[in-house]
Amino acid sequence: MTTITTENPVPGTREGLESGVLEAAANKRRKRTYLALLIPGILGLLVSFVFPLLYMVRMSFNEGAPDGVVIDTFTFQTYIKPLTDPYYWRVTLDTFRMGLTVGVLCLVVSYPIALFLVRSTSKYKGLLLAIAIAPLLTSAVVRTYGWMVILGTNGLVNTSLESMGLIGSPLKLTNNMTGVTIGLVEIFMPYAILAMISGFGRLSPQLEEAAGSLGASKFKVFMRVTLPLSLPGVFTAFLLVFVMAISTFITPRLLGGGSVQVLATEIYDQTTGLLNWPFAAALSVILLVLFGTIIAIYQRIVQKIGG
Amino acid sequence: MSEARLFKPRFNPAKPIFNIVVFLLYLFLLAPLIIVFVVSFASNQYLSFPPEGFTLKWYQALPSETIFVEGMKVSLIVAVFVTVVVLAIGVPAALALQRFEFKSKAAMEAFFLSPLLTPSIVLALGMVLLFGPLNLNNTYTGIIIGHVAITIPFVIRTTIMSLATADTSCEDAARILGAGPWTVFRRVTLPIIRPGVIAGGVIAFIVSFDEAVISLFVAESGLPTLPVQVLRYVENSADAAVAALSVILILISLAVVVVVERVMGLRKALN
Repeated sequence: MTTITTENPVPGTREGLESGVLEAAANKRRKRTYLALLIPGILGLLVSFVFPLLYMVRMSFNEGAPDGVVIDTFTFQTYIKPLTDPYYWRVTLDTFRMGLTVGVLCLVVSYPIALFLVRSTSKYKGLLLAIAIAPLLTSAVVRTYGWMVILGTNGLVNTSLESMGLIGSPLKLTNNMTGVTIGLVEIFMPYAILAMISGFGRLSPQLEEAAGSLGASKFKVFMRVTLPLSLPGVFTAFLLVFVMAISTFITPRLLGGGSVQVLATEIYDQTTGLLNWPFAAALSVILLVLFGTIIAIYQRIVQKIGG
Repeated sequence: MSEARLFKPRFNPAKPIFNIVVFLLYLFLLAPLIIVFVVSFASNQYLSFPPEGFTLKWYQALPSETIFVEGMKVSLIVAVFVTVVVLAIGVPAALALQRFEFKSKAAMEAFFLSPLLTPSIVLALGMVLLFGPLNLNNTYTGIIIGHVAITIPFVIRTTIMSLATADTSCEDAARILGAGPWTVFRRVTLPIIRPGVIAGGVIAFIVSFDEAVISLFVAESGLPTLPVQVLRYVENSADAAVAALSVILILISLAVVVVVERVMGLRKALN
């Protein structure tokens, strides 16, 4: 029996491990065990995650020639164009602006649902939460398609408004940034709701009730109690939606119909259309840096607020 | 009922208004799914409103749409393999991260979750570039490797959560009684964490099945998955065939989730 206890140290049964030699052997054994458990996962991530990214970074320092030919070299040429050409500045700024707009609007429409779900004492609470996140189970392609049907020239919104006589000619709601923004706000809502709910931990009805019974108006209770306590959840939700929005591809592609250019669609066009691999790689690195910077800044802010 | 309350709350007009707002926001959130459902039964030849009549022709036409049938086949094969692979490598890693103490543990955990914080378009480009010289583009292996990166965080997360809430005394007892590590895992730990493992597997399956960007980059021309086929179809045609397909896909994922919820709910009730 002692051999078993030495091989698998169990808290509280250390009697068998009096000798330091045995303990060292057990530690070595533990180390081997956790490494053996980790290695398949690490290898999986190296092949599917680390190597592709490293290879892409290296590719961004190569030079692209016509017809997809890549000249093996080491140059910063690919970065000069996106950093100096006003077109790429505009694409980057548009991407950024889209992320901000979608992030803010998504907070506005998700906040009431999250607040409602946290406060709810209904027996249907679980079901209502499930409905709120159920859209996550459908592909972004399908939901974007749904928005194309709603917002299109002959879509739900335009035909309804026309039949009511409110507009003479159809509004242009697809193939532009308006449509992309509306679609993205809806697509990211479940994420925002989930992030807010998990960040609303300190919010409690008792606190709101206390403030109310001490004479604060509903508005004051919201501004002074509810909102401040829910801010951590709001911040997390905003960051999440923002980073997803600036890198999203499907919705700008479909609802934008080729006339909305953001970094993601530009990367795709450079890849499939122009076969300029090093340039696409450079744009991706820029997107990645943007991404990392925002997350780092965000973590600083959270630390400052928290500490 | 409200004995604990000192003051009887006055009638508050804000409450019904708030509930109406929440209802409207729910409607907005579900709008695309509701619309897809309505359109899939509409007899309009082209996508337009209002529906002119009721028809099942879009559903009847689906089995003869070879691109969807082929895409479905590819997507199912990929999703099954991805789920198996990602569980096989993710569950042991989660076990190491939750049950062992080592120096680089926090960094290791961040590493395993980091694909979630990487834009999929960037990852997709990296893959198509790396897979080119390796001849993995337009192959099942290529798509599966691609999907492993984005599904592993979910498996790690759900498994760690299950492990964290599981009582370790059963494992200790089994060990003291002489069970080897593998036996302890298979006979004690695995049954306890099964809900988390199943949940992780289901999420991995759905994420892989719905994934469009990596599949588009890695295998658009040679081995298009269902989301890639749908994407192309939507770009080029304006009829409701995709709506009918979407409804079926939504129903399948709903069914999967309900079944898992039943299984896990049952488990929880038993524990």
